Amino acid sequence: MTRFSAMVEVTLRPGIADPQGTTIERALPALGFETISGVRAGKAFRFEVEAADEVAARREVEDLCRRFLTNPVIEDSMVTLELAQ
Amino acid sequence: MTVRVGVVMFPGSNCEHDVAEAVGSLGAAADIVWHGDRSVGQVDAVVLPGGFAHGDYLRPGAIARFSPIMEAVEAFASAGGPVVGICNGFQVLTEAHLLPGALQKNRGLTFLCQTVELEVVTDRSVLTAGVTPGTRLRIPINHFEGNYTCDEATLSALCEEDRVVVRYTDNPNGSVGDIAGICNPGGNVVGLMPHPERACDDLVGSADGKLLLGALLRSAGALNYAAAAR
Repeated sequence: MTRFSAMVEVTLRPGIADPQGTTIERALPALGFETISGVRAGKAFRFEVEAADEVAARREVEDLCRRFLTNPVIEDSMVTLELAQ
Repeated sequence: MTVRVGVVMFPGSNCEHDVAEAVGSLGAAADIVWHGDRSVGQVDAVVLPGGFAHGDYLRPGAIARFSPIMEAVEAFASAGGPVVGICNGFQVLTEAHLLPGALQKNRGLTFLCQTVELEVVTDRSVLTAGVTPGTRLRIPINHFEGNYTCDEATLSALCEEDRVVVRYTDNPNGSVGDIAGICNPGGNVVGLMPHPERACDDLVGSADGKLLLGALLRSAGALNYAAAAR
């Protein structure tokens, strides 16, 4: 078994209104950030997972995302895995 | 026979006693049911009350749907028993896939605590049976994540199958189709963001919630679910 560290980023799906992202973006010009657009707010989770290989680890984490970490009606997730230190 | 209502208490629920008080004032008996129990007991209806079950961590309802009691609530619902989720309870029902769609943060990112006007859309749910569609009710809302959303196909199905239970007459939170509450295809599982239990006495500004909770108790009494299950 190999230990991986996982990072899951959860964001609202395209087309789902993101009032938090919109509000942050509206504040940017006042702060002088004229070149930044397309802000989407989300959340991130870090944890470790033990699996036979990276494919198995990804399958486990994606199952966790689908069943618990996201609400698939409104949210998408992106999984990043690397070997744990 | 006295109608018995099981009111589920999750860690962080805060409206269970209000619901018990309100249904008690309408002549029913209420049992507070702990979320860690595996049975709802001999009840005729189940209410998932408002509050912040499990601190609303991750997402409102996301952890509550895995509470041990939820298997019993799902079994009760699939046997036709009346189940009503109010506010946080509605969020739990969507997370548990007993109702479609999801509740996201209010448009405008503000917590809303105010009395709103609702219109009853259908009388085919256990919460509105016998209430004439078109009836207007003044009932409080108290939520941050009450902005109902679903995909186009779900929205058309809800409308075509007459499953929108109550609508806002002046949409406070951005909900698609002004939806304040919906039901499952059988009409026995209902979720709504407004709090009928907080509008059961003229002293608190409105007693219109009695129309809804009264309908629930009549539906529960007519179905006599607990007696049938014995």
